[in-house]
Amino acid sequence: MLWEIAIYPVEPDAEHRRISQELREGNVQATLLCTGRVYLAISEESSPCSVGMLAMALLTDAVLERYAIVPAGARLPLDGILKRAGAEENERQRAPSQEATIVTVLPRPDVMDPVVESVTLAARDLGLSHIRVLRTGRRYIFAERLEQSLLDRIARKILANEVIEEWYLGPLPESVWRALGRVYRLQRVEVPLRQASDEELLRISREGQLALSLEEMRTIQQYYRQLGREPTDIELETLAQTWSEHCSHKTFKSAIHYVGADGSRRYENLLRDTIFAATETIRQRLGPDDWCVSVFRDNAGIVRFDERYHVCFKVETHNHPSAIEPYGGANTGLGGVIRDVLGTGLGGKPIANIDVFCFAPPDWPEAEIPAGVLHPRRTLRGVVAGVRDYGNRMGIPTVAGAVCFDPRYLANPLVFCGTVGLIPVGLEHKRPKPGDLIIVLGGRTGRDGIHGATFSSLELTEQSETISSSAVQIGNAITEKKMLDVLLAARDRGLYHAITDCGAGGFSSAIGEMAAELGASVHLDRAPLKYQGLSYTEIWISESQERMILAVPPSAWPELQALCVAEDVEAAVLGQFEATGYLRLYYEGQLVGELDLHFLHEGRPKIVRHATWFPASSPPGQMQTMCPTHQTGSSEQNDVCGTQAESLLPGESPTVELVPSSHSKTESRSAPQDWTLVLLGILRSYNVASKEWIIRQYDHEVQGTSVLKPLVGVAHDGPGDAAVIAPVRGSFRGLALGCGINPCYGDYDPYWMAASAVDEAVRNVVAVGADPQRIALLDNFCWGNTDRADLLGALVRAAEGCRDAALAFNTPFISGKDSLNNEFHSGDIHYVIPPTLLISALGIVTDVRRCVSMDFKRPWNLIVLVGVTRAELAGSHYQLILNNAGRMPIQTTGNDQLSAWQRVPTVDFSLAPRIVAAIHQAIQRGYVRACHDLSEGGLAVALAEMCFAGGFGADIALPSYGTAPPRGDNGSDMRLSVSVLEGNLPDDVILFSESNTRFLLEIPPEAEADFRELFTGLPWCILGTVSDAPQLTIFDSQRRHRLIDASLDELKAAWQTALTEQLT
Amino acid sequence: MAAVRVLILRAPGTNCDEETQFAFELAGAHACRVHINRLRENPRQLRDYQVLVIPGGFSYGDDVAAGKILANQLRYYLGDELQRFRDDDKLILGICNGFQALLKAGLIVPPARKPKHAVCLNPDFLGAKEDAVEVIPATLAVNAHGRFEDRWVFLATQPGRCPFLAGYDRWQVPVAHGEGRFLCSDEATWQALERQGQIVLRYVDAEGRLAGYPFNPNGSQGNVAGVCDVTGRVLGLMPHPERHILPTQHPHWTRRGLASEGDGLRLFRNAVYYFQ
Repeated sequence: MLWEIAIYPVEPDAEHRRISQELREGNVQATLLCTGRVYLAISEESSPCSVGMLAMALLTDAVLERYAIVPAGARLPLDGILKRAGAEENERQRAPSQEATIVTVLPRPDVMDPVVESVTLAARDLGLSHIRVLRTGRRYIFAERLEQSLLDRIARKILANEVIEEWYLGPLPESVWRALGRVYRLQRVEVPLRQASDEELLRISREGQLALSLEEMRTIQQYYRQLGREPTDIELETLAQTWSEHCSHKTFKSAIHYVGADGSRRYENLLRDTIFAATETIRQRLGPDDWCVSVFRDNAGIVRFDERYHVCFKVETHNHPSAIEPYGGANTGLGGVIRDVLGTGLGGKPIANIDVFCFAPPDWPEAEIPAGVLHPRRTLRGVVAGVRDYGNRMGIPTVAGAVCFDPRYLANPLVFCGTVGLIPVGLEHKRPKPGDLIIVLGGRTGRDGIHGATFSSLELTEQSETISSSAVQIGNAITEKKMLDVLLAARDRGLYHAITDCGAGGFSSAIGEMAAELGASVHLDRAPLKYQGLSYTEIWISESQERMILAVPPSAWPELQALCVAEDVEAAVLGQFEATGYLRLYYEGQLVGELDLHFLHEGRPKIVRHATWFPASSPPGQMQTMCPTHQTGSSEQNDVCGTQAESLLPGESPTVELVPSSHSKTESRSAPQDWTLVLLGILRSYNVASKEWIIRQYDHEVQGTSVLKPLVGVAHDGPGDAAVIAPVRGSFRGLALGCGINPCYGDYDPYWMAASAVDEAVRNVVAVGADPQRIALLDNFCWGNTDRADLLGALVRAAEGCRDAALAFNTPFISGKDSLNNEFHSGDIHYVIPPTLLISALGIVTDVRRCVSMDFKRPWNLIVLVGVTRAELAGSHYQLILNNAGRMPIQTTGNDQLSAWQRVPTVDFSLAPRIVAAIHQAIQRGYVRACHDLSEGGLAVALAEMCFAGGFGADIALPSYGTAPPRGDNGSDMRLSVSVLEGNLPDDVILFSESNTRFLLEIPPEAEADFRELFTGLPWCILGTVSDAPQLTIFDSQRRHRLIDASLDELKAAWQTALTEQLT
Repeated sequence: MAAVRVLILRAPGTNCDEETQFAFELAGAHACRVHINRLRENPRQLRDYQVLVIPGGFSYGDDVAAGKILANQLRYYLGDELQRFRDDDKLILGICNGFQALLKAGLIVPPARKPKHAVCLNPDFLGAKEDAVEVIPATLAVNAHGRFEDRWVFLATQPGRCPFLAGYDRWQVPVAHGEGRFLCSDEATWQALERQGQIVLRYVDAEGRLAGYPFNPNGSQGNVAGVCDVTGRVLGLMPHPERHILPTQHPHWTRRGLASEGDGLRLFRNAVYYFQ
């Protein structure tokens, strides 16, 4: 007997409010009366009694909810529902129940529904094992009879995401309860390839979603001609998965011929010759002090932490899935990188997560959203919820991150998820042995996530959401948590020789990689399935979440099996590793695929790619580059720009005389209000504005390791530079996590974008107290289609920037990942993301009790600026908000000013490491009360943030050219002092330039002498003092003009409300 | 004297068990983490312990409602042993998800009998119109603003009979939950809790006054942060005392300097003292 159990809240609940809000935001005329949760059950009994008991004892909270049970297909007791549950009195009266519209949303049958598993288990606990819950869903009851087109719009845009969900109008038909599985009968499929023409080869690749190039298809064809047979479908799929951009990083590892403004050169393997090479050089330089343990080899990079533990770190992207299903995409993105850490060495214990997102502005006009693209606000909310639900459930603190906004991310949002883990010393290496059993442990295999690896290697189109729905999955964090608990116990008992995660490519990649130096036999019919009906190929390439592959010696299998049973974790033997050099795949005893592992891993054709890079001849006006590339002509471009100009500056935009009319003379340009308005504008810009709405949804304190939280200061709401955790209980040794990302600089020069990102990541962790000699870096490149020589050239420039900056700071890259083809086609519109590089830094903190936060601590302490400010405004937030206000002052008479808008922040590779070393020394000496790095918005923004985070004002005078540290008593260090300004800079440049390697410090007056000695020969100056008045006042160097004068309340309100009001 | 023995109950999705163990060990106890499957196999092993703790996390994913599936397991599989445990003058503590589970298992506010139609919208269909059912007249609902939230709060304490809270007045700990809004189904239940001194912890502002959001982070009725049963020996609280054990865990330590220990440690030490 089939039953529907529906639970209705007695008062409008969070879901009700969320939907009502989205209806309002979308200007949809529909009245939501009531929401509900639906459980579709099958019972062996025909009486509703047991189903009623399940509803009563498990599914309903008697204080908050009411339930109704109906047999499948029956009418719903609508009057009762509306009378007792949810709907407000007056709304009900307006809506006779026969008019109401009932919509029920269910996950598609193939999509993971974690609740089903939990409820079925809980029913068993209640002695109701004759009831099985088949599906769950959400219900919405509207007051009106909605006409079809409006109903479609509401259901598709607001209630459901058709990529993973389906929706029904009215009572559910019985077919909805139908069993998911179908019978599969083995049918070995061969793909006729040997005689195929080039055209046919390309068709096979395209129609099979293989994402293989013609060159690669020809190589495969040649190989099978030599073998004298046709490939089976599973062999072809295995090659496609293994050779995919996602799994093999073929672009980054290819030979590249580069021609640029700076000459031409050739790389045999771009990654090896730049980023790897830098790490190798650093390791050699460090000699016995080398703290790298395993780099660019395993799922995550590993470095030394203390005597007992190593620490590993990995950041992954999950962009394509998040674009079409933000919740599931981000959810499984985080789940995947957590498994990366679990599968590093013999298994890392996850201790922290980070997340970085890039979106289009959340107030982007609805009318400008192309077909097949979700509104950025919906994407953002979904992504945040996905990360939140997975990370929080796993019990891993999400401690750091960033969010970037740029219209070019409209169709291709970026989602970076990172995890840090601890590995006991001695367990950092793994190697499967011949004879080891291949064990799959964790979740079951279903049809979810087929072709994820190849899908992510293609561009998105407006059809992506329909054709690739199977590439998207929903995670089940609890399955992964159970797996984690069991794996760490098994690791500590030494029950396996090797472990890796099932990520992109599923079994095919995991087993294929693990067997690379051996060989393996795999029996695909032995994999535990979620439902019947999967073909052997589907089992092999399914990317179902929460699965790990282990190499287990037969003697240890009984103990591992018992451990799994004890904690309700499923595990099965799939086959055996064997020293044959072949991967042999069987289904029901029949050989369905046989691959030479050497060909699989080494057979991919090597090609030489061409790359160019020339700086834009005119300043790359942000107006152009900020916009999606419309191919239909410039008039439309301007339209888009027009809307964007307003959209980036929410609230009261500082349009009034933002830029003083005369730009030529320094003296006349300081009309007092102007710079305050610019400062407020930058604080309000989405990149800079407070991310508190997001941060607080993450549990950043679980595990009890928190030392510096992401939000700091007197009211726990200031923007900390980096988070610090002390991961080993009872030890004061800590880890600082920070990141650097600034795609705006890449519009000018990807080389300096990369160097700036490294500088920013290093600054962030050094500012809180990390040892600059113990910082490890990760790179994550997200690019458009690198078949375009200019984009590939930008990639080369960025990789070179990473190399040079890493060498300068002596900070090794230990792992990385790239995601290319972040492009979108819809009709005649073509969107390309700006080249985006995320640098993540992990720094060791010797003693967390020396850590420093960025909030001002005490009036009358000195405020010190360290580092050189240059006329570098290209890509700055100053430029951004002037652009958005339509006031880009390119035509000015001051020569310095003209070039400043074109000069992107650079890094002085010899000075920068000396500065961070001195900052660290000062922090170690214990007198630095606050430290903050200067980043987006420069000096003015950093000062404002330190003020409102600390609840104290500041009284500041800008330095003038030649300003050096005050003379010491012996007068001798003057000679060694270095100016904090490069040239005679206008006030606005000093206020808003984003030059790298700069810090603001708060030190007590009594520490000045020591500080002066420590910073001998380095650029620094005293700007002023912390004040007890709640006001930030910045004068020019002569103290003649107040350049900025604003109350802390005003500054803080601008910073806090801009993004939050878009999201709540 | 033998160390006090603490059983930290683990279920799929529990994730604050290690730091809770650490807190109890710092307080001088001997704490073991035990999976609920082991306890279900042999409920009598509970008798070897003096303190039972249900730590924070997302037991069974919080699917259906936070702590609900674990609550049913406590109620239907371990009910008798738990009753006996409490009556033996032992202590039970539920933190966050543990509080949700204890409350929904009826171990803090006992179940009351209600007519079935108070919960079912179509009882006539079920043919059971007059049946009475047992329901727990209080719950922890989704936060008023609808989101999971991590933030530090001030707590005011009226320890009454609750040994865990002896000596506490105003203190600071973090909360991190999505379903922590304490609600009673009726005024009588609320009155009884107040009258019997069961409302032992409330959210307050820095000056100790009852205040709204963000001081009351979830919109709890009467600013309730923690409730004990009538004996005082079963305590459930939403905030995480195990996350304020070390001075470096306090969000203001870089401003005020390091204290000698975190505010939460005393709660664990109190539990140990109770048996010494």
